[in-house]
Amino acid sequence: MTLQEIIETLQLTPLTEPRDYATITPTGGYASDLLSCVMAGAKRSGVWVTLQAHANIVAVAALLDLAAVIVTEDAQPDPVTIEKANLEGVILLGTKMPTYTVVGKLWASGLKTE
Amino acid sequence: MEPGIGSKGPPTDRDAENITRVEELAYELKIEEVMSKNLLKLALETRMGEALDAFRQSRISGAPVVIGDSLVGVLSIEDLIRCLRSNDLDAPVQAYMSRSPITIHSYDPVVEALKVFVDANIGRLPVLDEAGRLVGILTKGDVTRGLLKALQSDYQEEEVRRYRASHLFEDIVSDRTSLILRYKIRQGDFTHGGAASSYIKRALLRLGASPQIARRCGIATYEAEMNLIIHTTNGGTIRVEIEPHQISIDAYDDGPGIKDIDLAMKAGYSTASEEVREKGFGAGMGLVNIARCVDDMKLESVVGKGTRLRLRIYLHNQEAFGESYTHN
Repeated sequence: MTLQEIIETLQLTPLTEPRDYATITPTGGYASDLLSCVMAGAKRSGVWVTLQAHANIVAVAALLDLAAVIVTEDAQPDPVTIEKANLEGVILLGTKMPTYTVVGKLWASGLKTE
Repeated sequence: MEPGIGSKGPPTDRDAENITRVEELAYELKIEEVMSKNLLKLALETRMGEALDAFRQSRISGAPVVIGDSLVGVLSIEDLIRCLRSNDLDAPVQAYMSRSPITIHSYDPVVEALKVFVDANIGRLPVLDEAGRLVGILTKGDVTRGLLKALQSDYQEEEVRRYRASHLFEDIVSDRTSLILRYKIRQGDFTHGGAASSYIKRALLRLGASPQIARRCGIATYEAEMNLIIHTTNGGTIRVEIEPHQISIDAYDDGPGIKDIDLAMKAGYSTASEEVREKGFGAGMGLVNIARCVDDMKLESVVGKGTRLRLRIYLHNQEAFGESYTHN
């Protein structure tokens, strides 16, 4: 499933500048709000679902080469965070849904992990 | 409307924050770099019928009208339609062309043209040089192509940088060559948290490190960097020494020091404040993550003096930098 399909199915709002989402295929996912757990657990090219919206999520996503960060419960990254994400090529997607719902929908759409 | 493009006046600080690479390029690129220079010019007395054939053949929808090198008007497809409606194809171009068209200068940045395209809703702009001579024509398509080409060359530049850097260790001969990177990390500087580790990761990739090595190093330095930001009194330093067969990372500070190192190394143990934890730090996993990513780890600390964390990642044969030059 491509990021394009994920964005459409879950009706996510891109917060960073548009990219060719149809060419990006996430390989799995990880959910946590503790950055060190993400550093330890998130796999390359996966999506990360979190409630955190501050600038450090960009550093974490860039270091781990994540496909996208889904920021839940309408948490809003500030402009500096978004600029940093654009600079680093990190995709930030927003949603009103809570993390639990987002993960459930991702899993139901076939984005599963072993 | 994208900030910075098409907006009136210079960009504000807020706009500047949101400026993307494409917008930067719109300011950097000059009109003359993206305009079409090979252009069809019409004379005042050219018949409208000939202009129609010329447009059709060249697949264009507008052309400048000139006397010698000076621009006197522009004929667009709309003018041709008006002419066709009056069944007047024998008329000269000067009867239907738009006089005193909006023009732009060849030395202006592309962003000026974007502003005109947005404000005036026109398809093409005649381009004049300093002496006012017609030197080209610019369409929205030219701008898009120019920007894409420039973005592509940005990408190539990164490839070239990578290529050059990856030969560093082969090109320099010594008994022991190493490259040292140093980063000052400020206490409490969450805004720049992760900047040093991102630079380190990028440097390693440019030097030709495998993505796995760059990732391990990135994670280890990120955790060390965040520790300096969260736990130190005056910040600290990260020093990375890159050698063909190993990467040594040194993170040190001058206090406050760790009371119980064994406890600090335990997964889930953290002394981070509630405020820091709310940001998602202080999970007590930092040192555990570092240990997982490196081949060797030494943590020394004296309360009141400071802490020193020394890490090593070994590069095995095929991962080593400058592998084709290893004679020792």
